[in-house]
Amino acid sequence: MKINIDGLLVYFPYDYIYPEQYLYMVELKKSIDAQGHCVVEMPSGTGKTISLLALIVAYLQQNPLDVTKLIYCTRTILEVDKVVEELKNLMNYYEKETGVYPNVLSLALSSRKNLCIHPQLQGMREGKVIDGRCYGMTASFVREKHKYDPNVPVCDFYEEFDAQGKDIPIPSGIYSLDDLKTFGAEKGWCPYFLARHSINHAQIIIYSYYYLLDPKIAQAVSKELSKNSVVVFDEAHNIDNQCIETMSVKINKRTIEKSENSIEALQTSLERIRTEDSSRLQNEYERLVEGLRDANMSRETDVVLANPVLPDEILQEAVPGNIRNGEHFVRFLKRFLEYIKTRLRISHVVSESPASFLKDCKQKVCIERKPLRFCAERLASLMRTLEFSDVSDFSSLTLIAHFATLVSTYTTGFNLIIEPFDDRTPTIPNPVLHFVCLDASIAIKPVFERFQTVVITSGTLSPLDMYPKILDFRPVNMASFTMTLARQCICPMIVSRGNDQVAISSKFESREDIAVIRNYGNLLVELSASVPDGVVAFFTSYVYMESVIASWYEQGIIDNIQKNKLLFIETQDAMETSLALVNYQKACDNGRGAVLLSVARGKVSEGIDFDHHYGRCVVMFGVPYVYTQSRILKARLEYMRDHYNIRENDFLTFDAMRHAAQCVGRALRGKTDYGIMIFADKRFSRMDKRGKLPKWIQEHLKDGVLNLSTDEAVQLSKHFLRQMAQPFKQEDQLGLSLLTLEQLQSEDMQKKIEEKAQHAEYDLT
Amino acid sequence: MATSSEEVLLIVHHVRHKKSEGVLYMMGERMAWMLKSKDSFSVSHSYADIKMQKISPDTKEKVQLQISLHDGGANTFQFTNPKGRPESVSDREGVKELLQQLLPKFRRKINSELEEKNRMLQEDAELFQLYKDLVVSQVISAEEFWANRVKNMNKPTSEPTPVGNKAPSNPVASTSKQDVGVSASFLAEVKPQSDGCNGLKYNITTDIIESIFKTYPAVQSKYQEHVPHNMSESAFWTKFFQSHYFHRDRINIHTTELFAECAKKDEEDIQSAIGECSADPLVDLTHMSDSTLDEDYGTKNNDTMDKVNKESANLSIIRRFNHHSTRILQTGDTRAPKTIDQGVNEIDKSKVTSGTSLEPPMKKARLQEKIEYTDLEASNSSQGITLNLTHQDRYLHGPTPANNATFMTSYEVEEAISNFKNDVRNLSPAFSKVLSSNAAVSAITDLSPGGILMQNTSKQKLQDLVSVELQQEVKNLYSALCELLRHFWSCFPTTTPLLEEKVVKMRGTLERFQHAKLQPLKDKVVQYHCPVDLTLHLDELLSTAYTKFESWHARRKK
Repeated sequence: MKINIDGLLVYFPYDYIYPEQYLYMVELKKSIDAQGHCVVEMPSGTGKTISLLALIVAYLQQNPLDVTKLIYCTRTILEVDKVVEELKNLMNYYEKETGVYPNVLSLALSSRKNLCIHPQLQGMREGKVIDGRCYGMTASFVREKHKYDPNVPVCDFYEEFDAQGKDIPIPSGIYSLDDLKTFGAEKGWCPYFLARHSINHAQIIIYSYYYLLDPKIAQAVSKELSKNSVVVFDEAHNIDNQCIETMSVKINKRTIEKSENSIEALQTSLERIRTEDSSRLQNEYERLVEGLRDANMSRETDVVLANPVLPDEILQEAVPGNIRNGEHFVRFLKRFLEYIKTRLRISHVVSESPASFLKDCKQKVCIERKPLRFCAERLASLMRTLEFSDVSDFSSLTLIAHFATLVSTYTTGFNLIIEPFDDRTPTIPNPVLHFVCLDASIAIKPVFERFQTVVITSGTLSPLDMYPKILDFRPVNMASFTMTLARQCICPMIVSRGNDQVAISSKFESREDIAVIRNYGNLLVELSASVPDGVVAFFTSYVYMESVIASWYEQGIIDNIQKNKLLFIETQDAMETSLALVNYQKACDNGRGAVLLSVARGKVSEGIDFDHHYGRCVVMFGVPYVYTQSRILKARLEYMRDHYNIRENDFLTFDAMRHAAQCVGRALRGKTDYGIMIFADKRFSRMDKRGKLPKWIQEHLKDGVLNLSTDEAVQLSKHFLRQMAQPFKQEDQLGLSLLTLEQLQSEDMQKKIEEKAQHAEYDLT
Repeated sequence: MATSSEEVLLIVHHVRHKKSEGVLYMMGERMAWMLKSKDSFSVSHSYADIKMQKISPDTKEKVQLQISLHDGGANTFQFTNPKGRPESVSDREGVKELLQQLLPKFRRKINSELEEKNRMLQEDAELFQLYKDLVVSQVISAEEFWANRVKNMNKPTSEPTPVGNKAPSNPVASTSKQDVGVSASFLAEVKPQSDGCNGLKYNITTDIIESIFKTYPAVQSKYQEHVPHNMSESAFWTKFFQSHYFHRDRINIHTTELFAECAKKDEEDIQSAIGECSADPLVDLTHMSDSTLDEDYGTKNNDTMDKVNKESANLSIIRRFNHHSTRILQTGDTRAPKTIDQGVNEIDKSKVTSGTSLEPPMKKARLQEKIEYTDLEASNSSQGITLNLTHQDRYLHGPTPANNATFMTSYEVEEAISNFKNDVRNLSPAFSKVLSSNAAVSAITDLSPGGILMQNTSKQKLQDLVSVELQQEVKNLYSALCELLRHFWSCFPTTTPLLEEKVVKMRGTLERFQHAKLQPLKDKVVQYHCPVDLTLHLDELLSTAYTKFESWHARRKK
């Protein structure tokens, strides 16, 4: 249908629309008009992606001067694929309605691992290895050598692309990762570099967070994207952690050992080159003296990882004299490495600020802050000069250099924590140096500053006001939508005690209690007996899940579950878990039904949907608090308390509840789907927990379901399932939770929507 | 059948039944008891009829064995060896052991067979009638009757049939039996019971054994390898219950153990399955993340934990549960349980063929399925029944008029009309060529009812002439004869001696049929003064068969 959203003609590729999709587009339009950022929460499974795409594509088409680009960031490859498919549907609809396929270039971008078509690298799964091999075949010095010696292997696909592909822009259209590969294979061009080359003139770019948030990659890939772009972070409920991850580094013994080897390799090759071809080193030195930050002409293929610090922090001056000479620099690195080694030789935990680390460093080994800041770039330059074809061996040393640059660049918002051993195994010495980013806003700040509109959206962002605080930005618009439903298709319940009236809770004091574990088990047994098809249960942590399964096995609860359904369990091995998932889905498909035990914050909870029969019931065993004894977390909490006035408990609960909501939200997709959501912990019934759940779940948590026993919950779910089994037709939804164009335009509905919109918007004053 | 020369497995003297002394015979397919002074069995039970056996406890003075039957009846035998009680007990043990071995074999086979036959008879009234006509009246034996049909029941347990493998397709729709799945908790049903003196007793049934074999082919191959050459059955199962299959939390498996190899094999199984499943892009967790960075970036320290936990008991429980469930799912696959080697081969093949060309469309379809919202789309499902054509071109190029290019221009039409008008105007009757009135009248009488040319129409319908009972009888006779003839004709060409034998037998059967069934009907038909020869065609059918037999017989003699 064609909808008029506040004066903008939006092509929506369906005949009907959910009211919240309409509202969502209205809010989005406002933010783009205001050229500001926004935070919007919309229930999972109500067609967020297509609403986003429909509106922004319409905006792009009709206001090409105001908005030139859509940058769509999502978390996983699978989601990238899905977004591309939705975009294709939208474009097909445009063609159907207007008769012409829109002249839009849209690209998906991913790492070489997913785009490489070189026959030798096919079938490799390790991304790092592929990156290294690619560099070994495409780096400029390798190609230079190839000119004189054809035996030096180069990548034919890149050569072909370099010779022909750069001048001709890629024909417009929607390219998924697979499409790029097919196109590349047809033309004989490298799809990866083709995509990277083309994103500068593509109107729509779809890739994962890293390409925008991680400075190491963003500067290589996303450097030249224009300011007039709309950036969308989809599934952004976890974005703060992603920001922190990109800026943090950890160093353990293995890293040190590997780096020592790398330094030796650097030294020997330096000596060799000094005797063979000293002019090359001289050349590099002179370029550095001249103030060229990078001694070589930097080409796209030569940069594997760019500077780890954000662009505004990079010093715009020449490399200091004491590390210009290659040998000097290697000795400098060696000294720094020795210093880190002495720091790791400790018997108690040390936590210090970067400033005190630098001070200590200066006192002990006379290393100044300034040369440290150039470490990352200087190392990259040296490695290019020495022409190492396999850079993956040097990853540890690169990490050390990145650490040096980071620690000397940032004095606030970061912390150093050195732990002599793992808390869980105090007898095994295993020192680790954590350099952790405490402030999520550091990594995302350049994104907010650079682009005119940044949309942060997800199904579970409640409480909304937390995100502007921890990411430190001023949104022009914040909204949270509930789900309009013709029938109540979610059934959230809080189970607080077992049939024996013993309170169930995963809190630390009682989690190992046999009665609690048994009650958890009985709840699952009962549910597996009454719920059809798939049941998914989430535990708070992997360790807890293991111990619970072991005692369930002893108590015979597992046997009882197996009487009803097949049992699959997530493991820490991603491959094994994938296999378990495949079989879980198979068991749901063929009607046997299955139970999947999984972990909140785990890979499954973040990446896999349990829509329709794959998840008729989701159970959350306990409140998924993060491991609170972690020193890294403690440091972060302290920092947030001091700088952003966020109380520790508030943040912890917020974090736990967003993960709980994320887990249970996986079960729902669309209004024809239905699912039971069980929160099995006494503590969920408290207002401070419950109040942090997304509105669309909260509004169905009636007083009657806040304090249930296992039996009561099973009764309610049986009743719910029976209701859901009644035929549900489109007509039942029409006018309530599903609108036709006429209904949408009717005055009545407009008034209703107006009210809802006001209700949804947060008070920003 | 075996009844003529039964194999006697065991004879036990001094067995009392209902207070009278006699001899107990254990035979190939039944057990029977004979009164001492007589020479015929007074009690005889097929093993298939026996539901279970019970023995009297050791504390009781009488040494007894009770047989309970499926129909609810029971028979008690008392063992009274004159040599004393221990001998009586050993007599009984012998019988018990034998029964224990025999019963499970028969129970499953016969039961399921009988059930299946019963079901077929109930579902198919025609078949039931046939059965009554042929078997109950003893024209052919029940075995012969079922011989062809059993093959269609699709069961490996059926006996080799005399018809051989050349039989034509059976008219009875073959309803392939649905495999019974494996319960996920079959191992949990084995409840250990303590036997009172520091030991555990596991009770295991044939169903459980079957489930174990189905789920773990490796165990089955072990079983075939070792039982009964290296160890007894019970020793094997003892070992099984000590193994990791039953105690899933065991980790250190000694290489000398019987199932150590199986554990390794399972491990390989998991690995190969992992390789296989990675093709599914929607759940491949290893492909989810786009980051190619070292794990040293970031704050999470998970790599160290992995190695510590790799060997823990909890992890192995989890992996074994996953494997267990996976195996059970695979037993449900309609394909025969493949061995591991085969599996690997298949994987290799599929990898080669699927490659990159097949994957994207599939992936695309799955993605589309994932992103679509059915309720947002206009419902365009039609209510009517879709037309399902087996031969589409027949429908499209069905009967068409031979000359389909017969349209005319308006000019031609006008011309034709004017021609016609002309003809009418110029019409002059040619009276000399007209039929004489006499001839016309006789033609009319001939053509009216009762006339020479209309004789057939006056005839009543056969349906009304023959009584309903007679009709039914003839119908039944037809179906019975056809069935017999089908048996007869199915023997040609006679390729095996078995078939030849059958032909001769069938010819006898046909003759018997003619005398026992057809002749009475003929007499009856005569009695009824039926105007038409109802049995003419039946006779023809029979005589054709006889001629065929004679010619075949004559040729064979030469």
